[in-house]
Amino acid sequence: MTTLSVPAPPRFRPMGLVNYAALLLVLGLIVSSLAATAPALDKLWRGLARLFSPSGLLTQMFPPDFSRIEPISWKLLETLQMAVAGCFLGLILAVPFAILATDRLSPHPLVRHAARAVIALFRTVPDLVWAIIFIIIVGLGPAAGVMAIMVDKIGFAGRFFAEAMEETDPGPQDALRAIGASRLGMIVSAVFPACLPSFTATSLFALEKSVRGSAALGLVGAGGIGVELKVAFDLFNYDEALAIILLMLALVIAVEQGSGWIRRKLI
Amino acid sequence: MNLPLRVIDHGTGVTSVAPVLSVSGLTKSYDGRTILDGLDFVIAERQSTALIGANGSGKSTLLRCLIRLTEPTEGRIDMLGQNVTALPPRDLRRFRAEVGIVWQRHNLVPRISALSNVIHGVQSRMSGPRSWFQALAPANVRDEAMACLDRVGLADRAVARVDSLSGGQQQRVAIARMLMQRPAFILADEPDASLDPQTGEEVMALLLGLVREEGLSLLMISHRLEHTLRFSDRILGLSQGRITLDQPTGRANAADLRRFFDHPEAR
Repeated sequence: MTTLSVPAPPRFRPMGLVNYAALLLVLGLIVSSLAATAPALDKLWRGLARLFSPSGLLTQMFPPDFSRIEPISWKLLETLQMAVAGCFLGLILAVPFAILATDRLSPHPLVRHAARAVIALFRTVPDLVWAIIFIIIVGLGPAAGVMAIMVDKIGFAGRFFAEAMEETDPGPQDALRAIGASRLGMIVSAVFPACLPSFTATSLFALEKSVRGSAALGLVGAGGIGVELKVAFDLFNYDEALAIILLMLALVIAVEQGSGWIRRKLI
Repeated sequence: MNLPLRVIDHGTGVTSVAPVLSVSGLTKSYDGRTILDGLDFVIAERQSTALIGANGSGKSTLLRCLIRLTEPTEGRIDMLGQNVTALPPRDLRRFRAEVGIVWQRHNLVPRISALSNVIHGVQSRMSGPRSWFQALAPANVRDEAMACLDRVGLADRAVARVDSLSGGQQQRVAIARMLMQRPAFILADEPDASLDPQTGEEVMALLLGLVREEGLSLLMISHRLEHTLRFSDRILGLSQGRITLDQPTGRANAADLRRFFDHPEAR
């Protein structure tokens, strides 16, 4: 065995009292959360067995019932239209918010903080909650869904657009500033072209997210296929519910594949 | 003190002319460290002046201070008949439009065409979408931009994306953009720094041609002794934030100048 002139260091650095307390707190939080909310194993097992029983949900779902495919397809189209309209409006409005939230482009630190706060608020509140708020404002139907998707997308894209603009090379912006270009001219001429790949990728992810989200918005009455799904479950038409779920899945996969193809072509 | 304001008339000798740039007591400090220490000098119009100095001597800071991309700590700058240090933001923007800058890195906007980049130069006197991209520009602006590209020998690459051009071609596009500004004064920050020797020489010859043929004034940071001697009428040497050399190029001694350069081949 080799004799070391310097002994190997200890495997773990000694922890201070504060670190021990923090570790115990985190462990306590995890254990208490699991104990309070996680399902008991026996209950879970009984539930799964019921799912496959002759009168269980899964048994009743098969085979899927496509007899109402026409009205369901129209609702599916409405879902896609809600997603596209809400996403389009959200992406357009996300651009000014992102500019105002960017260190280099914001006119004043107070404006920057305010824009970041609004983006964070839009992003933090779930789209289902926005849908409920807009149902109160504009009533039941797809308009509330479009508004909910729009606000959610301002939060989502606003953050990523701002990050993309922060990361651009400042050289071309400096050059245009030195020419005497206006702030708007500098942003459109120098910042946007440099951010185009990132903006495109974010926009396509936003569209995918919008399609997934808009399918669920109908559950609270904000239009789209979700309404059909809720009615099917409420009337115990589980076979029709499965048909709706499969069609939703097909739509989401089609949009994801389409946006992936566009991303590969453009970027 | 600097030499009296003179411009070299290659036919008859020395003629006194009015200054196009006058700097007095220019000081710039960062965090208590003095970068420029009370500089005084004047530059005549229609003259090519080389600014030389070792790395960290304050050359780039001086250039940025001249158009207040970096705010001077003290001192006064008069350029093109205006007290630059006293200009309010709106007038500063107008003033910058008259000064063309060729950067060490070309600072072109990536992903768009050479022609669109050149058209950005018109933002010195025109704002709005017509100055953002070549597709939106009016015919007279497009024609002028094509003439600028032709002046630098790149009219045939107008529609090429700038990031597909070679380093030398990109620098020439940057010069065409600067010409589009219709500047009265050119500041060049080591325009040949990132280019191979032959391309660097072509770019320097192009800049000197603008002085000789178009009557523009040029202040350039030069990092190559050979280019300093070949492409300037006058040399300013900057050392530890002070002008320690100011003489016509014709009287300059290469051996005296070597101390202002970092490169071993120049020493």
